[in-house]
Amino acid sequence: MRYKSLTITSIFVLMAGVAGTAFTGENWGKYAAGEKRSGYTFMTPETRAMQDDDFANPAFLWVEQGQELWSKVEGEAGKSCASCHGDADKSMKGVGATYPVYAKELGKLINVEQRINQCRTERMKAKPWKYESSQLLGMTAYVKNQSRGMPVNPKIDGAAASFFERGKAFYNQRRGQLDMACMNCHVQHPGKMIRANRLSQGQPNAFPLYRLKWQKLGSLHRRFRGCNKQVRAEPYPFGSDEYVNLELYVMWRARGLPVEAPGVRM
Amino acid sequence: MATKPRVKVPQQVKKGEVFEVKTLISHKMETGLRKDKKTGALIPRKIINKLIVKYDGREVFKADFHPAISANPYMSFFTKATKSADMEFTWVDDDGTEYKHTAKINVN
Repeated sequence: MRYKSLTITSIFVLMAGVAGTAFTGENWGKYAAGEKRSGYTFMTPETRAMQDDDFANPAFLWVEQGQELWSKVEGEAGKSCASCHGDADKSMKGVGATYPVYAKELGKLINVEQRINQCRTERMKAKPWKYESSQLLGMTAYVKNQSRGMPVNPKIDGAAASFFERGKAFYNQRRGQLDMACMNCHVQHPGKMIRANRLSQGQPNAFPLYRLKWQKLGSLHRRFRGCNKQVRAEPYPFGSDEYVNLELYVMWRARGLPVEAPGVRM
Repeated sequence: MATKPRVKVPQQVKKGEVFEVKTLISHKMETGLRKDKKTGALIPRKIINKLIVKYDGREVFKADFHPAISANPYMSFFTKATKSADMEFTWVDDDGTEYKHTAKINVN
């Protein structure tokens, strides 16, 4: 009898294990690619509804701002983004799916935010926007929005290869007082609760996104900083080489998932 | 970011039809409960405290907002189409500023 009851208990344990990963059985359509699942699929139906409706999605306030700035002439060169790039819906299509890229002139990777500021300082002769300012977030969201629905597909070979390896090492490196690496949560335990939040796979395809907790649009680097602080590690500055390398690695992890920028998360 | 209202109404509605009106306005909605991290002084409250909607001059929707309403408040409601007329939206800020928007309702 004793053995029999043990068997029954172990069946219950097994079933509980299945229930814990019940999400994987669902069909998430375009929001999943193989084992990869967009952060969208970890959200509540209410948060997903906000992202589904461009009107209810508050991030579009920033996208609209970016659209206005696109044709605004600034700087000594008397140019706007549109002077060189024309219509953003043609010239910027697909751009958001491939960044960060290797910039030969700098000898390192740059992301969309840094490319925008590079254009501003070098071609427009204007002041760069501050990282995390509403202008830079708006323009980044506007540029990335032109690639919405296209699969994320960054280049990791050639000159980018060594930076990709550094990003990968960062991802797997334990850090901070809690001695945790990115992968300890986002590879080993996605779908489980971490206190009141559900852990996602940490896919970056919807950034910059409107986070309900932030009550505004935020960049991927803000999210990196938040995660680093939560494991009691010293965060790196916005736009630092470490984070741009990491950005390439996490974008590579998300390859095949659609660009969702700007998404909504809780 | 400058405060900017957005309104979405259907392009065409039939007479007598009940239709949805969606509104959103960009606003910080400063609660008045937060403290300045450096000085420790309270940051004064600055929220949108009212939304008034008039359809053909008649008030059809009104809402009082309180400090727990999130930034960039979204509000939607349903109303009945009576005739082609303007729908006027007024958001009232704590400092007395009024943000206005007008949308045309086409009834056929």
